[in-house]
Amino acid sequence: MRTLRFLLQKEFRQIFRDPSILRIIFVMPMIQLLILPWAADYEVKDIHLSVVDYDHSDYSRQLVSKITSSGYFILQDYTASYQTALHEIEKDKADLILEIPASFEKNLVKEDEATLFMAVNAINGTKANLGGAYLKSIIQDYNREVRTEWIQFPRFSPETTIEVSSSNWFNPLMNYKYFMVPGILVILVTMVGSFLSALNIVKEKEIGTIEQINVTPVKKYQFILGKLIPFWVLGLIILSIGLLISRLAYGINPAGSLFTIYAFAGVYLLAVLGLGLLISTFTTTQQQAMLISFFMMMVFILLGGLYTSVDSMPRWAQMITKVNPVSYFIEVMRMVVLKGSSLADIKTHLLTVFAFAVVFNGWAIYSYRKRT
Amino acid sequence: MKQFRAFVKKEFHHILRDKRTLFILLGMPVMQIIIFGFALTNEVKNSKIAVLDNSRDAATSSLISEIEASRYFDIERNIYSYNDIEQTFKAGRIKLALVFPQNFGEDLQHFNKAHVQIVADASDPNVASTLTNYASAIIMDYQDRITHDRHLPYTINTEMRMLYNPQLRGAYNFVPGVMAMVLMLVCTLMTAITVVREKEMGTMEVLLASPIQPMKIIIAKAVPYLLLSVVNVASILLLSVFVLNVPVNGSLILLSFESILFTLTCLAFGLLISSSTDSQQTAMFISLTGMFLPTIMLSGFMFPIENMPLPLQVISNLVPAKWYYLIVKDVMIKGVGIESIWKETFILAGMMFFLLAMAIKKFKIRLA
Repeated sequence: MRTLRFLLQKEFRQIFRDPSILRIIFVMPMIQLLILPWAADYEVKDIHLSVVDYDHSDYSRQLVSKITSSGYFILQDYTASYQTALHEIEKDKADLILEIPASFEKNLVKEDEATLFMAVNAINGTKANLGGAYLKSIIQDYNREVRTEWIQFPRFSPETTIEVSSSNWFNPLMNYKYFMVPGILVILVTMVGSFLSALNIVKEKEIGTIEQINVTPVKKYQFILGKLIPFWVLGLIILSIGLLISRLAYGINPAGSLFTIYAFAGVYLLAVLGLGLLISTFTTTQQQAMLISFFMMMVFILLGGLYTSVDSMPRWAQMITKVNPVSYFIEVMRMVVLKGSSLADIKTHLLTVFAFAVVFNGWAIYSYRKRT
Repeated sequence: MKQFRAFVKKEFHHILRDKRTLFILLGMPVMQIIIFGFALTNEVKNSKIAVLDNSRDAATSSLISEIEASRYFDIERNIYSYNDIEQTFKAGRIKLALVFPQNFGEDLQHFNKAHVQIVADASDPNVASTLTNYASAIIMDYQDRITHDRHLPYTINTEMRMLYNPQLRGAYNFVPGVMAMVLMLVCTLMTAITVVREKEMGTMEVLLASPIQPMKIIIAKAVPYLLLSVVNVASILLLSVFVLNVPVNGSLILLSFESILFTLTCLAFGLLISSSTDSQQTAMFISLTGMFLPTIMLSGFMFPIENMPLPLQVISNLVPAKWYYLIVKDVMIKGVGIESIWKETFILAGMMFFLLAMAIKKFKIRLA
């Protein structure tokens, strides 16, 4: 016990003596937490529309003014040539072309039927899909107006309408920040935890100070614990500061209990720190350790469901998320903060992450040799 | 010149002797392109949903089977009471619930009017709004078909064409972004520790005492990494084309040239980090936390830049990956030539020279 205390004292001193590391640990995550959530919004709005009007009739003008007044579309230009419009798309000035063919009005009135053409820049599939759907529904509305202008419908309209009403639970204002802030907080805690612990032992190896520890009677587990505990504490401190920031800056009050969050975070940090230690026992230079832990972090974070939904990934990628501690924490954080899930709801997550912690740390202690 | 050559040779030895690092540096981008190219997409598909069908008639069951048939939805379960919805959401099992009221089919038949409720778990607003839109679109299509069968007068038909990406593959949007991200991170990381490492190991003393000028030291350090980056660029391009099936519609030479310009920018940035820090840990942490999240979030491939608040839109102009992403998208997918991207190219080149100049200026010839 006394040995451990001295080891801890040494580690804490080492951390607090390096002001640049401290700055990085505390200041950088906070700045990121304050800035980045503002960028995370991929709601499709302000679709730039280029109208090619070969008809120049009353109807075509009515239709265009109806589209522009809907609020979803910004009329980028109004031309009489498809080529010009296509050029706008090439330059990324327009997202969508609506082509109104010549004699559109005539066909509609005389033949009872007319066709409009749309061309969407589909590089971004989601935007293309939604933009097309919005435009189509506006055209349908317009169609209905035209019809009522010409015919008197009987009491029950022959047009079938299924009214769709939608409600958004847990985040009725659809505030993207509520969704992103807990996720980004997880990333920051993870980065600090895993990188620093991975680099720590390797640094001793590279500089040569590990020799001195190897010749002391310090036990393996004491050494590992001495490395683990300081970063575990730092991780929880960062989490607390992060929660405070999300409350002050974004007004996010966890719907669930803080105890649930901390209980999970405590176990989770053990798992990531264990992973960091494991990496550091298998590498010899800081560069290697960093590259490997960085590679793993990137895979973990990007496949963790922070930005893109796990459900839409291919099967094998979904399998990776099963062994990805980050994805569990992100999910738990969102469940607790937004939906108010309780410990019982996240029981399986907690147990899985606990298993990770045991495996990683056990493995790290097992493979750490007091030899160089 | 001889001095410079000798120095470059020394750097090469450094890199080539550390086989493990070399392996990581060349293997990492390959792995990342493959994993992210396949797995990252902001398409939403196979989302689990629940259905609460209070009506249970022909209309609801045909509508439900249509929803199930779409690639966007998997019906996870049926629920039987409105109160169950919340519990199912809380356990995180479903993203959306469809509620059909009693007499749905009857209303539809007799009054031509019926009602459906969509309840989305908006804790993820992006997915929630996309799914709500998809579900409504399927319901609208169903409604249209009924209407269409009756041949109403004065009908406006619409025909839609998807340009550049007719199958709406997520890869077309994401692969250029993943390329930018991977190149940026690998190249910055490679050079970020080269200078600071010499400081930490104490070999900097020797370098500073030698007659070689700081500028030469810096450039000599960049040369071997530039060659490594060229290998990486080649492997990334090959993988994108042959494994991820993203075509190169424009000129391959132009694309390679732009990629090398971008890697040079990143190498210069790494050198700047390296010469302005004192320990490897700091350098790594800056290039990771400082680069990773901002590159992902501000380069425009995850989140549209036009949706961001104005200050962030301004900041995003400082992210080199943003410009490279625009270039790659234009050249690879739209197939345009240099005349449409000279502005982006010019900006990247400007960034590169600025960063390199800063790195040389920051290089201290005295140790603290």
